Amino acid sequence: MRLPTWLAQHLAALRTLLVFTVLLGLAYPLALVAVGRIPGLADRADGSLLTADGRPVGSALIGQSFTDAAGNPVGRYFQSRPSAASDGYDPTASGASNLGPQDIVDTIATDPDDSRQSLLTQVCQRSAAVGQLNGVDGRRPYCTPDGVGAVLAVFRRDGLTGPATRVVSVNQSAPAAPFLADYEGVPVELATPGEDYRAAGATIVPIRGDAPAQPVVPADAVTASGSGLDPHISPAYAEIQIARVARERGADPTAVRRLVEQHTTGRALGFMGAPAVNVLELNLALDAEFPTR
Amino acid sequence: MTTTTAGVLFVLSLVVVLVAVYRPFGDYLYRVVSDTQSTRVERGIYRLAGVNPAVGQSWGVYARAVLAFSAVSILFLYAFQRLQNHLWLSLGFDPVVPHGAWNTAVSFVTNTNWQWYSGESTMGHLVQMAGLAVQNFLSAAVGIAVAVALVRGFARSRTGELGNFWVDLTRITLRILLPVAVLGAVVLMAGGVVQNLSGGTDVTTLTGGTQHLTGGPVASQEVIKELGTNGGGFYNANSAHPYENPTTWTNWIEIFLILLIPFSLPRVFGRMVGQHRQGYAIAAVMAILALASITLTNVFELAGNGTVPQAVGAALEGKEVRFDVSNSATFAAATTLTSTGAVNSFHDSYTPLGGMMTLGNMMLGEVAPGGVGSGLYGLLILAVITVFVAGLMVGRTPEYVGKKISSREIKVASLYFLVTPALVLAGTAAAFATGNNATALNAGPHGLSEVLYAFTSASNNNGSAFAGITVNTPWWNTALGLCMLLGRFLPIILVLALAGSLARQQPTPASEGTLPTHRPLFVGMVVGVTVILVALTFLPALALGPLAEGL
Repeated sequence: MRLPTWLAQHLAALRTLLVFTVLLGLAYPLALVAVGRIPGLADRADGSLLTADGRPVGSALIGQSFTDAAGNPVGRYFQSRPSAASDGYDPTASGASNLGPQDIVDTIATDPDDSRQSLLTQVCQRSAAVGQLNGVDGRRPYCTPDGVGAVLAVFRRDGLTGPATRVVSVNQSAPAAPFLADYEGVPVELATPGEDYRAAGATIVPIRGDAPAQPVVPADAVTASGSGLDPHISPAYAEIQIARVARERGADPTAVRRLVEQHTTGRALGFMGAPAVNVLELNLALDAEFPTR
Repeated sequence: MTTTTAGVLFVLSLVVVLVAVYRPFGDYLYRVVSDTQSTRVERGIYRLAGVNPAVGQSWGVYARAVLAFSAVSILFLYAFQRLQNHLWLSLGFDPVVPHGAWNTAVSFVTNTNWQWYSGESTMGHLVQMAGLAVQNFLSAAVGIAVAVALVRGFARSRTGELGNFWVDLTRITLRILLPVAVLGAVVLMAGGVVQNLSGGTDVTTLTGGTQHLTGGPVASQEVIKELGTNGGGFYNANSAHPYENPTTWTNWIEIFLILLIPFSLPRVFGRMVGQHRQGYAIAAVMAILALASITLTNVFELAGNGTVPQAVGAALEGKEVRFDVSNSATFAAATTLTSTGAVNSFHDSYTPLGGMMTLGNMMLGEVAPGGVGSGLYGLLILAVITVFVAGLMVGRTPEYVGKKISSREIKVASLYFLVTPALVLAGTAAAFATGNNATALNAGPHGLSEVLYAFTSASNNNGSAFAGITVNTPWWNTALGLCMLLGRFLPIILVLALAGSLARQQPTPASEGTLPTHRPLFVGMVVGVTVILVALTFLPALALGPLAEGL
């Protein structure tokens, strides 16, 4: 029996696909799984697990939160970056915040559950918190002293032009105090929950403020990574944490700094990537050298 | 060493190595696709598949074979996902929802690898390795096969035959993709990429929390995801995930794998038409566009404009410490200049102009150097259009590598160029007209960018995203699935039609009136035509999105 050409063609396609599924979908990955059992490669192929006292405590490649049950940072550990992976460092939900560079207006709703913080406010809040935890200056450009985005909604007489008629600090609501008393001679109001000032025709103006251009709290301390599982922090972020960790553990800051340096990797071949401190490995080394209990 | 110097050296090292492998690897590709002998394994595969490798196919038969193979692949992958709960290694996941399974099936067969789902919580290991990763190989091989068929159209004369699709598919897979993949996977494993069949390990963290460390056959999929310019991550975070891309040097290797085949294919073109310099000219066009784009993306990201990057002090949101800003920007440019769409940082949080570069790279039609195969055929179409435009300007006969560019060829080339802009702009308009743009995460111009990015990515078969937008709805999955399907196969049919008509021609000997197509002048013209065509098509849309946000 001779099949019609179109049917023969599809049959050949199906047979080809099945052959390749066996070859590329089973033989190839399983052969590599077998290669991954080779001693020396096996640890890595299994996820570079780290153990303490014989039990697995994490992976050298996957970051984790060093917070207590309530989510507050545990002072004796170096802290990781903020994470957008679920509640933080959840490998079953890797990912980023995906908030844009101009996401600067919070949604302050009458029902707090519907409220949403802009990326700018998140950055300001983290900066203030990290500053407070480590006893350093947490100020940043475009942030208010109380740690939200310093953003005004400016209503003008002729829409986009003319003198300002009304100015609202959009990310601050009662009982906060406006970060600016007045703008172009108009007193600055607090935002009323539930109001959308952009939709009402205001221009959105972020205010730079007088914070230093290179803030004391480093960039990686206030931003979430792409994976939400970033195992590293920058050497600069480790540096501002040394004094606190040393104090909490009753250790000599110089000794802690030496441990930080031991767990800092430079650029591969001198030019790839950026220097980074592996937080979990550093904290494990701290526990070994300066046990707290 | 300063951050900028390190970033520049990173790019330069990639350039040096890609230049060094252009000839040897390109020559190897040439030998594979023009070999007249089959190996024993290949003959075995032809027998099992029931195809006759000796038969030459006309463009119509070749195209029908591509379409039949892809249609069967889509159905197979759809069924695979829908039945995953009955299969081995499903990790207890439910069957994939119908609209999602359709989207993913189309996505992986079209070399797009757009992902509406999180791999770690949706797809079992068997679906990933025996469903998705298999298409990573095969869709890449289809792209290369179609490009080779077009080149044969230029190289052959007075024949209807463009080669045999089944032979091309098998050889490209077995002799090019598989060996490099095996080698690359072992290297990635040495860097820390996971490769096991484990469902994961539960650990108690230092502060008493719990963490579920995932497992899976990641390395085997990671390597072909880059090499085949596919881009579908094993995990949601894609190549930002430390289990997919653990170190700064695995990052270098992944970018190299992305660019390896697309940048070497012009060598195959040069050799097949018998003039290496034609290959160099095409590679030069790709390199100029790619370097300009990589540089600009780096400049915009390192400058860190935008309110949030200014407040932070660097455009570090959505980026990993180990890659920092520059190596993330280079990856972002490489992945969107090709049809890869893997990401090691999240484009949605890029500076307005940096994000625009990733969008613009895809809008170029992914020709610099483009996806495996699709980049070469896309750029050859642009070269044909350039020859025609140049011919009109100086009154010379439009000819390209000895083939006359007549009205039939120009019609096909123009249709090819119009397919993706039509899909992108109509799709974006449809999303706004139906209110489906409301699923965007960000407001204002950035919300428009998210929608525009989604349709640009799908229609150009890239697969990266401004990932804030929620696309797991029936409307989005269906619409983007259609864009991927049409954006892949309409151009392929047109390319093969062009190949068919070129192959039938008698070669025209070069004369006084022939425009030389290997000189810097021509290279510059192709670059110009590419940029102008794209700018004219997309500038209004860009003005409403990233430009409005960034300026």
